[in-house]
Amino acid sequence: MSAAELSLDFRMMSPAATSVVGDHVLSVEHLSVSFDGFKAVDDLSLNIEPNELRVIIGPNGAGKTTLLDMICGKTKPTAGHIYFKGTDLTTLAEHEIVREGIGRKFQTPSTYEDLSVLENLEVSLPIGHGVLGSIFFKRTAAIRERIEQIAGDVYLSDQLRTKAGKLSHGQQQWLEIGMLLAQNSELLLLDEPVAGMSPRERELTAALLKKISAGKSLIVIEHDMDFVKSIANKVTVLHQGKVLAEGNVEAMQNDERVIDVYLGH
Amino acid sequence: MAVSEKQRELAAYATAAFVLLVLMPMVLDAFWLTLVGKYLAFAFVAVGLVLSWGYCGILSLGQGIFFGIGGYAMAMFLKLEASAPDLPDFMVWSSVEKLPVWWHPFSSFAFTVAAILLVPIVVAFPFAYAIFKKRVSGVYFAIVTIALALTLTVLIVGQQGETGGANGITDFKTLLGWDIISDAGKNAAYFVEVGLLIVVMAISGLLLHTRFGKLLIAVRDREDRVRFSGYNTAMIKAFIFTLAAVFSSIGGALFTVQAGLITPSVAGAVASVEMVIYAAVGGRLSVVGAVFGALLVGFMKSYLSEQFPESWLFFLGGLFIFVVMVMPNGLAGVPDQIRHGRVRFGLRHERR
Repeated sequence: MSAAELSLDFRMMSPAATSVVGDHVLSVEHLSVSFDGFKAVDDLSLNIEPNELRVIIGPNGAGKTTLLDMICGKTKPTAGHIYFKGTDLTTLAEHEIVREGIGRKFQTPSTYEDLSVLENLEVSLPIGHGVLGSIFFKRTAAIRERIEQIAGDVYLSDQLRTKAGKLSHGQQQWLEIGMLLAQNSELLLLDEPVAGMSPRERELTAALLKKISAGKSLIVIEHDMDFVKSIANKVTVLHQGKVLAEGNVEAMQNDERVIDVYLGH
Repeated sequence: MAVSEKQRELAAYATAAFVLLVLMPMVLDAFWLTLVGKYLAFAFVAVGLVLSWGYCGILSLGQGIFFGIGGYAMAMFLKLEASAPDLPDFMVWSSVEKLPVWWHPFSSFAFTVAAILLVPIVVAFPFAYAIFKKRVSGVYFAIVTIALALTLTVLIVGQQGETGGANGITDFKTLLGWDIISDAGKNAAYFVEVGLLIVVMAISGLLLHTRFGKLLIAVRDREDRVRFSGYNTAMIKAFIFTLAAVFSSIGGALFTVQAGLITPSVAGAVASVEMVIYAAVGGRLSVVGAVFGALLVGFMKSYLSEQFPESWLFFLGGLFIFVVMVMPNGLAGVPDQIRHGRVRFGLRHERR
């Protein structure tokens, strides 16, 4: 099997092959969740277009992480719906949502520390999800090539044999992004991807995210406004579980309400 | 470096095969060989625990349940063969007049073997899947399993007439007409057991080298992440738990043959905890280590209970504490500790 055939293979297995109805990849409609009476997200609606890189900002407790948790199924909403290319995600289990094509990177890097970079990426490939599939999984040349290509994309080509636990903090963040790429996600949810990174690593990450957004959609939560400026085409500001404002970076930086609740501090 | 690790592993398997197939039968007399055979029955359980506990993080304190299933299935077959055409003696003593219906199929050896392999699957899989689906894990899972082991003991003891009660089932003669009491018969049984153990070890070793083996580690360390890579982790955990259950059941069946009896005590909670000690002492990340752990602890149990009939359990407890404190990866981890020039305190994978 050649690499081209393999990537075709992946596309057929992922929902990318199904036709997109409407132009939103993701539609969040009147979403609410409350924890013990506290409304973390309150009647929130949001649309993401294909190949969009959306940044979500907002003060602590605005509901940013909770929103991502609901999209990926970690938290179940108390009301509202989330449609991913027409499928309602609110009734699916986490692993089913992943198979629909949504990948999640957590705030603290979450990789398999006792496995090598190569194994981390391999486990993430969207093939052999069943028990038998993973027992009889063979690392073919095409798979090897795909893993090496992803490792190259996330700047880890030299670390394939290194255990993930031995990587630097920034490299672990990259590895986790690489794992989402290996999953062949169409929508990547990234929670603070540059936390703890050096300025150089931030530049590389910005380049990486831009490259990814050429073919996929991303939702990124970020606090670092310089980084936000370097990647975003559209920013959503959350405040107290609601959308406070939405627009390009400059408009947001000049928006009175946004300055008031978030940027002014 | 990766190559030498593989070579070390192969060397360990080869050593184990040599010790069990050649060395033991050469140096030990029939009495000792039978004892070793008895200890090795627990090695099946320990290997299962390496897979489910060491690699996948599922601590079960109820492996005796499955050991008991295999053990009793085999005992029922042997007892029927020994007492045919009459009722088994313990039934007569309890004034049971007819063979209970559920005993009937156990006059067939094929059925008995099928039961040894399939009953643990039917019991373990639905139970484990349901419980893992509910995200019950760690200590809570361990508590559920130990409670089930206790329940099973009570159940067996309570049904004196059909199960032999607290005395268990004993007094066997032949297996398919083949004398299992004589030295020659016991000798042959030993080799059958070692052969099966090597198969179980090989399956385990190979499994750990597949992508599924890597997944087990991933589930142990970060189950959440595995879920967010698109896996149904409840299925992965239930599968490995079920495999460990089948290994335990095979061990139990062989125990019955080697020991010449089965009692509720080897299927109970205390025995189940001891089985975890076998795996911990040998090394819960090493298939070969678990086998030697079972041999060592089994021998110590025999020796200490003879020398210190009153207090031997304290030694066993002390051994467990010592291993956990000083050798977190058991005997099998000692070479690594020496190579890296350190003896560390505390569990290596203490995460939950």
